[in-house]
Amino acid sequence: MSARSCAALRQETAAGRITASDTVRAAVARAREVGAGREGLNVFVHRDDADALKQAGALGERLADTTPGALLGVPVAIKDNIATLTMPTTCGSRILEGYVSPYEATVVKRLREAGAIPIGKTNMDEFAMGSSTEHSAYGPTRNPIDHARVPGGSSGGSAVAVATGIVPIALGSETGGSVRQPAAFCGIVGVKPTYGRVSRFGLVAFASSLDQVGVFGATVDDAARGLGAVAGHDPMDSTSANIPVPEYQAGADAGVKDLVVGLPKEYFPASLDPEIRRLCDAAVERLRGLGATIREVSLPHTDLAIPVYYIVAPAEASSNLARFDGVRYGFRLEGEGLRGMYEATRSTGFGAEVTRRILLGTYVLSAGYYDAYYRKAQQARSLIADDFRRVFESGVHVLFTPTAPSTAFPIGAISDPYEMYLSDIFTATANLAGVPAMSLPIGRLGGLPVGGQLLAPHFDEARMFAAAYALERALGEEAHR
Amino acid sequence: MAVTIDDVRHIASLARLGLSEHRATAIVSELNTILSHMDALAKVDTAGVQEAIGVGAEGLPVRADAGPPFPLARSHDAFAPSLRDGFFLVPRLSTHESTEDS
Repeated sequence: MSARSCAALRQETAAGRITASDTVRAAVARAREVGAGREGLNVFVHRDDADALKQAGALGERLADTTPGALLGVPVAIKDNIATLTMPTTCGSRILEGYVSPYEATVVKRLREAGAIPIGKTNMDEFAMGSSTEHSAYGPTRNPIDHARVPGGSSGGSAVAVATGIVPIALGSETGGSVRQPAAFCGIVGVKPTYGRVSRFGLVAFASSLDQVGVFGATVDDAARGLGAVAGHDPMDSTSANIPVPEYQAGADAGVKDLVVGLPKEYFPASLDPEIRRLCDAAVERLRGLGATIREVSLPHTDLAIPVYYIVAPAEASSNLARFDGVRYGFRLEGEGLRGMYEATRSTGFGAEVTRRILLGTYVLSAGYYDAYYRKAQQARSLIADDFRRVFESGVHVLFTPTAPSTAFPIGAISDPYEMYLSDIFTATANLAGVPAMSLPIGRLGGLPVGGQLLAPHFDEARMFAAAYALERALGEEAHR
Repeated sequence: MAVTIDDVRHIASLARLGLSEHRATAIVSELNTILSHMDALAKVDTAGVQEAIGVGAEGLPVRADAGPPFPLARSHDAFAPSLRDGFFLVPRLSTHESTEDS
């Protein structure tokens, strides 16, 4: 875990007790240590240590003339599907080998404006399609607690960068749980904001109606400060909401006394691992002990989430990924004529999971199947969103659930695609409904972390953070043993 | 609605993906397994339910049709393979004949 929090780094850098250059040097040294040898965790796919040190040096020179930014002197890691100017953006895919974006994602720009220093691009499932970070052209990332296990995915590299203390915060992206599930598997905090809360400009599109940039933090406070720095309206993203962003860290002492916490019964099925259930019950009792009102609720269409998600997301992906054809970006393989080149490039450049999802998406959108699959899924998606609306309108402020149905599984253990898709069973609903959600550690099973999930109404991240702060404080070290 | 090998060949063609016979056969099985789980949707009563068109209720704002202020860090000629009259020229396919003005 990180020795220094975002708040401490900012304070000490602003006071001149440490320099951003020293902090970045320490982060780079830790990244080298974590990545070294055959058992290296494979966290980063690109790093430019010299440029990171140059940025840190420039920050030091500006310090006397400017107000310290919210993330002054904080080293950060960026998922490899978020556009950066000085490092390649490859989405963990061969098809974008060597691609350097001519523009920078709004979230990266905002991090730098806040005084943070991006130190590298992190490994991920190719085009964010996966739940284990095994499906990367750069090989799998390993779980820092047990190297034979996955870190979760698709933002596994970013999760491990935080869990190993290289950086206190990192950016990931969420389409169906790709920040919350790896946060749960690695024992850290992961936040998926409301759809529209954070700009998607510069986030390589996978499924545009579901994608959101998310934030990992070593603690709830780190995640709150990280989200605060990147959130807010951006005219470059037409789906970005023009709604004021509160100071999420203001919730640190808000408590949960007047909070109504809903427990959706569909997230606690009889088949749920009894030990995960026990840890969830213990966390709920903590919230009750702090004064929260606990109420059982129902989100009756929860069981449709995986079928809906795995129709909608591949359908959008099949369209979004059509642009990778060997003409405009990265990798090209010659074939017979133009069509032959397209087919050779795409079938060689994309990995097996991306190919499978493009074909699935093309199928559900094709003539004769559109009504049965895509239209039906979009209608069922409305039912899922209505479930959340009804529960929140009934007076429930936040929901609490397990983040994932299991702890981190061994690398290579899941070969059936649908079984892998079920890893997202408790997380995909938030993406389909667009509501904010976050995972935080609530304990361990056999030494492996378990995450608890909080969900809130649209744009009410502040209340979600207040509950998370209170729960994190109440659990203390119990959350990590 | 079982997926057949012909369906897979058709959608692979639509998606511009070249598949070997071996891979196409495997995809038939994979898609049928995945889609069998989607059949749960057929049992849901969605009569009168609006399709989700996105998660934001406000719809998309429309800006003036004036060309976006796209903040490129480098000029086009710094990353285009080559430029002519403001247009990108991409590498010619090896199977296409060269012409003088290319």
